[in-house]
Amino acid sequence: MKNISLGQYYPGNSVIHRMDPRMKLILSLLYIVCSFLCRNIISFGLLFVSAIVLILLSRIPMSLIMRSIRPILFILAFTVVINIFWTSGETLLFEWKFIHIYLEGVMNAVFMVLRIFVLIVGASLFLTYTTTPIALTDAIEQLFAPLKRIKVPVHEFAMMMTIALRFIPTLIDETDKIMSAQKARGADFTSGSLINRAKALIPILIPLFVSSFRRADELATAMECRCYHGGEGRTRMSILHYRALDFIAILIMITFGVSLVLLNMLGIGYTM
Amino acid sequence: MENTKNYFIKTEDLCASYEEDDGRAVQVLSGVSLGIEKGEYVAVLGHNGSGKSTFAKLLNMILLPDSGKIYIDGTDITREDITEKEIYDIRRKIGMVFQNPDNQLVATIVEEDVAFGPENLGIPSAEIRQRVDEALSLVGMSEYARHEPHRLSGGQKQRVAIAGIIAMMPDCMIFDESTAMLDPIGRKEVMDTIDMLRREKGITIINITHHMNEAVRADRVIVLNDGKVYMDGTPEEIFGEPYKLELAGLEVPQCTALIQELSRKGLRLDGECTTPEKCAKLLRNAIGGKKNG
Repeated sequence: MKNISLGQYYPGNSVIHRMDPRMKLILSLLYIVCSFLCRNIISFGLLFVSAIVLILLSRIPMSLIMRSIRPILFILAFTVVINIFWTSGETLLFEWKFIHIYLEGVMNAVFMVLRIFVLIVGASLFLTYTTTPIALTDAIEQLFAPLKRIKVPVHEFAMMMTIALRFIPTLIDETDKIMSAQKARGADFTSGSLINRAKALIPILIPLFVSSFRRADELATAMECRCYHGGEGRTRMSILHYRALDFIAILIMITFGVSLVLLNMLGIGYTM
Repeated sequence: MENTKNYFIKTEDLCASYEEDDGRAVQVLSGVSLGIEKGEYVAVLGHNGSGKSTFAKLLNMILLPDSGKIYIDGTDITREDITEKEIYDIRRKIGMVFQNPDNQLVATIVEEDVAFGPENLGIPSAEIRQRVDEALSLVGMSEYARHEPHRLSGGQKQRVAIAGIIAMMPDCMIFDESTAMLDPIGRKEVMDTIDMLRREKGITIINITHHMNEAVRADRVIVLNDGKVYMDGTPEEIFGEPYKLELAGLEVPQCTALIQELSRKGLRLDGECTTPEKCAKLLRNAIGGKKNG
């Protein structure tokens, strides 16, 4: 249990790893917007190429990327089925009784799958795989700092996230210990009906809750002893700095978006 | 007031109580008057419920007393009109390390955690960086600066917690049973760090403990019993009275007990002893003396 890692961070030193987390947050949003800008086969082609380039740049193994795709395979399959069978168009490809498959449907299915694939790859490459959760928290706190003026508790939210991240491994460790302790007293978590197994979890959850509250109390005291009094007047040790790399990245991203829009104007092939 | 200047921490007739779940008030401290000088190394002993933790939390205003006075560095912290800024200043001056190493580390990276205190004080980034590096090297944890706290051992976590206090540049550090949850190796790490802080930084140390072997390392031992100062003196004086200690629910360190027992049985041993080293020396002298004679 000591080896549990937070999030899905894949340690590395690629160009993407080195970018400012705030910029990565912005880039991932822009990239998602870009995927929705695509309309025809050429712009979708460019989008697909860009995803491959990003994967290569980040030096994240393909197997890891595939793992992040796996949970959405069902959604992908569903999208394909819906698009193929329920899109009507002009070019009929296949007809059997009540089933009509049009070229437009097939194209739509391919485009949608590509879009979702790029969505997931973009978000996971820029954020989860190349940015530590703590850097992400910092980025969120600093990016949304202006919202403090309209009384959005940005600092408090970021602090909560930090503490949650800090305590996940600790609580997993504790769950493990409680489970062992209950097993030693003859508790059985693995057999019986679903309801019985859910019931067997109660003796784990209650001690876990009790100890979490105790921990929270002690942590609050310790934080008070270290002069914590909210975000006001607080400075940070590590201040994020945008560097040349970040500006180049956003320029490339904007050019990419613009070229996608331009490519859409070329009336080549089927337009979504 | 005329005496407060000489002491870094001074309490006068301190009383404190807390309320049980059933609404019953429990008196924890009843009239504690103490003075602790700058740079002193004090161990506070007492059985469970003797009020020693409460006493510590009163000193940095985590708890407030029912009555009595506390002066920190000449400032009366029990007066009504104390400002928030003064409270933070008191908490900066008096750092506190707690029992459970897990429940006092805030950040997911060691150096970020050490920076937490100075960040709260609003210190400029460059200076925080410098303080964090110094504090980590002082406790010998520099190589773990980028590690995640949950991968460290108990003793290491506790040293990180100490570094987090050191980075706030305190005048005094209170250890509230900071070794109670550690294994013998971790305990030694922490105790050696405490000795080092005292030696290198001249920080006033208050170690609240129920390990007698830790108490003997201090210059002065205060025994609390039933919310009152029961004994106050050097470790030799305190452990020289095993029966009185026993009445307070405490035992003398094993080596002291051994020497006392041997003396009672008629073996002639000179002087009191509180550490295993001194004990060994006394015994060797005694045995050597017999062989020669």
